[in-house]
Amino acid sequence: MIWNETKECMSRDEIANLQGKRLHSQISRVYHNVEFYRKKMQQLGIEPGDIQTIDDIVKLPFTTYEDLRDNYPYGLLAVPRTEIVRVQASSGTTGKPKLLCYTRKDIDIWSECVARAMTMAGLTRDDILQVGYGYGLFTGGLGAHYGAENLGAMVIPMSTGNTQKLITMMIDCEVTAIACTPSYLLHVAEALEAQGLVDKIKLKYAICGAEPWTDAMRDQIEKRLHIKAFDIYGLTEIMGPGVACDCEYRKGLHIYEDHFYPEIIHPETLEQLPHGELGELCITTLTKEGMPLIRYRTRDLTSLEYGKCDCGRTMARIQRFRGRSDDMLVIRGVNVFPSQVEHALLTVAGTTPNYFITVDRVNNNDTFDVAIEVEERFFSDEVRVLEKLRSDVEAAIHQVVGIKAKVKLVEPNTLPHSEGKTKHVEDKRKLV
Amino acid sequence: MLIKQLSVFLENKPGTLEEALKILKQAGINIEALSLADTSEFGLLRVIVDDPDKAKAAMKAAGYTSSLNEVISAPLRQEVGSLSGIIQKISSAGINVEYMYASSSSTSGASMIIKTSDPARAMEIISML
Repeated sequence: MIWNETKECMSRDEIANLQGKRLHSQISRVYHNVEFYRKKMQQLGIEPGDIQTIDDIVKLPFTTYEDLRDNYPYGLLAVPRTEIVRVQASSGTTGKPKLLCYTRKDIDIWSECVARAMTMAGLTRDDILQVGYGYGLFTGGLGAHYGAENLGAMVIPMSTGNTQKLITMMIDCEVTAIACTPSYLLHVAEALEAQGLVDKIKLKYAICGAEPWTDAMRDQIEKRLHIKAFDIYGLTEIMGPGVACDCEYRKGLHIYEDHFYPEIIHPETLEQLPHGELGELCITTLTKEGMPLIRYRTRDLTSLEYGKCDCGRTMARIQRFRGRSDDMLVIRGVNVFPSQVEHALLTVAGTTPNYFITVDRVNNNDTFDVAIEVEERFFSDEVRVLEKLRSDVEAAIHQVVGIKAKVKLVEPNTLPHSEGKTKHVEDKRKLV
Repeated sequence: MLIKQLSVFLENKPGTLEEALKILKQAGINIEALSLADTSEFGLLRVIVDDPDKAKAAMKAAGYTSSLNEVISAPLRQEVGSLSGIIQKISSAGINVEYMYASSSSTSGASMIIKTSDPARAMEIISML
C-alpha cells in the first residue's frame, strides 16, 4: 500500500518541478520574514528572484546547528509567534536546547509523512500501535502518535520506562505494531523470552529509529519476535521521525522529497556532489512554515540513490549511514556531543580536566562511560568528597545531556592526551 | 600534635600501590604510618612520612595527584578507654572524625592518626586531656 501515491510516485520531472516552485516560495517567505536568512542572502548578493528552479539551490547559504543555537529560541521563526501551536526540542551542543517550532500545517505535514512511513511498513487503520518512544520535548513520541492517528490506527501511548506494562498491554490489547528504538525493542524481546511470552504476542511490525542500528540488529529483532522491522529516519531540526523510511525492498530510506529536498555535499568544500556519491546529507524544508531550514547540514554521512524502487515509489533513497562529519554520538537515542560533557565538567570542577568518553553496546544497551583524571585542584584525602565529585559530575552530565553516564575517576596521565586534534571519544559499537 | 599527612590518589587495580610505594622508596622516604581507603574504583593512600614535603614533590614529579593534609597524631596510653576518651571529647565538641588509623613506632609507642573537620580545635581539646 502507498499512502499518497500522487506524491510518492511522481516522475523525476514532476518532482523537480514541484521542488522548484516550493523552493522559490519558501525562499521568498524566509527572505521577507527571517532577518537571519535575509542577511545571509544579502551578503551573497542573492534575491528570491534568483531562485527559480531546484538547481538554483546551490546559490543559497547553508544553515547549521550553531545557527539554531545562536538564534534560540525564536530567532528563526518565519511566522508570527501566535501561529506556532507546538514546540519540540533536542539537546544542544552546550547548555541550551535547540528549539523547533511548528504551525498547525507543520504538524499536519509531519503526520502525513509519518502516515506514509507507517503505510510503507504495512500498517493500516486496522492496526494497533504501541508508541514506545518518549513523549515530551523529544520528537519521537508525539511524532509517531500523530502519524498513527492520521493513518487511523489505534494508538497506545506507552512512552518509555515501563517494559512490564508494555508487555502486558501488548498481549492483552493484541498489539500488532510498535514504534520505538531498536535497542529498546531488543530489550523487550529479551523480557518476552525470559517470561516465555513470545508466542502470546500478535505483533507484526516494528518501526524503529532515533538511533543507528545494524542489519544484524534488524535480523535479531525479526527472528526473535517473528515480525518485520522497518527503519525510520528523522531529525528534530527538520521535523522529527518520518523524514524518511525504508520499504519492504530495503533499498534505502525513501525521503519525502516533496517536503524535504535532500542534497549530498562535500563536508569540507561544501560543493554539491553528483548523485550516488558519499558525502554529508543536507536538507531543505520546502513546505515548513514555522521554522524553515535552508540547506541544513545534518552532519550525517551517506549517499542518495534515485530511480524508481520496486515498491513503486520514486522518492530518492538515503543509503546506509556512514557516520558523522562532526563528533556527535547517538547514545540510547539521544544526541550527545563531547562538548556537552566538557560543559558539565566545567560547571562542577571549575575547569575541564582531561576526560575520555567510551561508548559501547552491551546486551543491546548502550553504555556511556566518562573517565576523568583526578587533578590536585579537586583532589581530597576524603573518600566522601571524591565520591561527591563523581556523583556531581554524573548529575551535571545528566542535566546537560539528558541521559546518565557512568563516571569514573582515574589517575592523571592515564587517558589519551590531546595531540593536535583532541581525541576524547571511543565508540566501540561498530555501527557503520 | 598536628602533623602533615600525604594523601595520594590511586586507581583500585593491581600494581598501583606497589608503584606508589616504589617512588617513595626511591626518594629515600621512610613511612611511619599508612592507611589505604578503598572504593570499588579508586583508593586513597594516606601516609605519615619522615619528610612530607619531599614525599609530595616526589609523587608530583612522578605524575601522581596528591596532597598534604593536617592530621592529629594522638599518643595512646596502653590502657582501657584511652581512645574512647579522646574520641568522646572530640565528638562532644561537635567536631566530626573523617577517618583515623593507628600508628606505632619503637621510639614513641602507639598513637592514633585522626583527621577531623577542625584539626586545630580538635588538637586543642586533646591537649587539655
